[in-house]
Amino acid sequence: MELMAHVPTASSPEPAGGNDEGMADAATAFLAGGHGQPEPDAGHSLRHAPGPYFGSYGGRWMPESLIAALDELEDTFEKAKVDPDFLAEVAELNKNYSGRPSLLTEAKRFSQHAGGARIFLKREDLNHTGSHKINNVLGQALLAKRMGKTRLIAETGAGQHGVASATAAALLGMECVVYMGAEDCRRQALNVARMQLLGATVVPVTNGSQTLKDAINDALRDWVANVDNTHYLLGTAAGAHPFPAMVRFFHEVIGEEARVQILDQLGRLPDAICACIGGGSNAIGLFHGFLDDASVKIYGFEAGGDGVETGRHAATITLGRPGVLHGARSYLMQDDDGQTVESHSISAGLDYPGVGPEHSYLHDIGRVSYEPITDTEAMDAFKLLSQTEGIIPAIESAHALAGAMKVGQRLTAGLATPSDIAIIVNLSGRGDKDVETAAAWFGMLDENGQVKGTTLSTRAAKDTAPTANADAADPNAEDASNE
Amino acid sequence: MSNATLPPRHGGQPAASKSAAAIDRAKAAGRKALIAYLPAGYPDKQTAIDAAIAVARNGADIVEIGIPYSDPVMDGAVIQAATTEALANGFRVADVFDIVAAVTAETDAAVLVMTYWNPVLRMGVDEFSRRLAEAGGAGLITPDLIPDEAAEWFAASDKYGLDRVFLVAPSSSPERVAMTVEATRGFVYAVSIMGVTGARSTVSSAAEAVVAAAHRAGAERVCVGLGVSRPEHVHEIAEYADGVIVGTALVAALRDGGVPAVGALAAELSTGFAVGSYVSRTGAGE
Repeated sequence: MELMAHVPTASSPEPAGGNDEGMADAATAFLAGGHGQPEPDAGHSLRHAPGPYFGSYGGRWMPESLIAALDELEDTFEKAKVDPDFLAEVAELNKNYSGRPSLLTEAKRFSQHAGGARIFLKREDLNHTGSHKINNVLGQALLAKRMGKTRLIAETGAGQHGVASATAAALLGMECVVYMGAEDCRRQALNVARMQLLGATVVPVTNGSQTLKDAINDALRDWVANVDNTHYLLGTAAGAHPFPAMVRFFHEVIGEEARVQILDQLGRLPDAICACIGGGSNAIGLFHGFLDDASVKIYGFEAGGDGVETGRHAATITLGRPGVLHGARSYLMQDDDGQTVESHSISAGLDYPGVGPEHSYLHDIGRVSYEPITDTEAMDAFKLLSQTEGIIPAIESAHALAGAMKVGQRLTAGLATPSDIAIIVNLSGRGDKDVETAAAWFGMLDENGQVKGTTLSTRAAKDTAPTANADAADPNAEDASNE
Repeated sequence: MSNATLPPRHGGQPAASKSAAAIDRAKAAGRKALIAYLPAGYPDKQTAIDAAIAVARNGADIVEIGIPYSDPVMDGAVIQAATTEALANGFRVADVFDIVAAVTAETDAAVLVMTYWNPVLRMGVDEFSRRLAEAGGAGLITPDLIPDEAAEWFAASDKYGLDRVFLVAPSSSPERVAMTVEATRGFVYAVSIMGVTGARSTVSSAAEAVVAAAHRAGAERVCVGLGVSRPEHVHEIAEYADGVIVGTALVAALRDGGVPAVGALAAELSTGFAVGSYVSRTGAGE
């Protein structure tokens, strides 16, 4: 592992065909005030940052026991990413299994709530398994096979990464164990069942805050003990090197597609792009396509929970205290003693007290603006998109939508033709998994947790599933039934 | 791997190393060193001090005081439960200096602090080191800090004369073992097994190979930890290592029987060093 690369350098230049702005050093442009036309300088590209460091962030703050596994993974990944056979395999699965490229859909009615700016949705919700997570999972599972590993372990927050991991394991014939905070199991019971239906074992984690960070701790403990046959399929662009650069690599397809699609539909680059930030994998995938386009403003929206001022939130970068957690130096929600602070968000997928190290770097150099979105703002946007566009977003993605509404209103302020402003929002996942949370939020449930108006039938209830099937259920079902 | 960002190397063991001196004293007495881990502030600050003094007076040459941390990825259930309880009881990181000072004042044991890295980073590596040295501490054991990332710690440990105990594992390549041995002062912590802390019925056979690799790489003192809970484990490891580290079994004893039990277990573990055979009693460890 190369530990001296403190400054990200371009490992591959901007593809031909970008305009001059596309070649500019965005960070320099920003620090210089962001005006004018900086000279193209591919040597200072922000794209393809290889790690292990992103500025002073990243690295490997990990037990020695796992360093050999990280070295093996790094070596396998570095070879694979320049291996045409591997890239063809990923591309084939993306196309014929995940359903890529995902659509870029203009949200014309939703636009009215964003100051009239034109809003384009990058439809990662349409991918197989319902979110962007499948991009990374297929790539890493293929790498695991290359390393001869037979067992995948994963952490999951909202359950989307766990479902995606279980899916990849089923597709490639591998064993899969998913660690999930017990609190998240409760919030996302449907996804627990989905993982089990896919043949995975779900382990509810009752340590600590019983959410994503604790699931990662238990997955790391499993990995240390079983590293010989097990790959830890980390689901976000965080953790020890090579995970942040590798997870981004598999998600770069989001930004690459979006860039081509917007140029095709609009004839120019967007004015701004928006994504939600938990660990930050969907965001870094989208951002990567536009990092060197100085004219494109980039926004990451963190989970503001009850409001940053209440302390009950997951706005890691907004809080602004660097530290080390789960293998990387990055911004971290921590107290004065360096103890990790429990995060809070209505969105299980954003309920994480850390953030990927590349985001910390992009924040520090000012290339990306990170802002908090409260639960209330996100849920308003959730309802709005559902009822203006007929698309139910994941609550995670609703944070990006709420942010885009603010950005749209800001950028169109005082403009005679607000539709001159165009914004891409990464719709990172679909909201099917969030129906129960949303129903509770919007007061649609009765005191028994049933949807109001659905318990009026006077006919005798009929069993829909034969008892024999229930008896034959996966023994693992017992684990998941305790929420 | 590049060594470009590694701090200056320190091949020798300065005489100032308190933990090396403790290991050498044991050797001079014809045995190996017993190293006892206990969490700071568990179940409360004063009991933690009393327990540490008890193990030092019952055979422990080095006492390892662990800082409770919110995300202890290298710890198994027993230690995690204890440190979680300590945090719930109001443990603050700065309390560790009081504990170190009290144990140092009352016993001859070298007192190391075992800590995940973020609490040290938060206080500031230099400030933490200054206060640890002031309290009489010997140095730090750092389970999630590898030498590759330890530039600040190299500078501070040199400035304040503290030991830096890094870990080597069964998975460590010969190159990494060599690099880690060179970066270490005090002793090298050989992880006996690919796993987390916790008492096990037998000690992994991998331990002997890890110790041999570290000795081959030039380490003068190599001690074995993880899974050690019984006098017979101590006896077995003493055949090839310079010291034996016991954690979970002592924490369980403290949990179940308080200070007297943890002192008694330390004394019993010490019998493992007896030449030939040792007195085996029931109820040791888990």
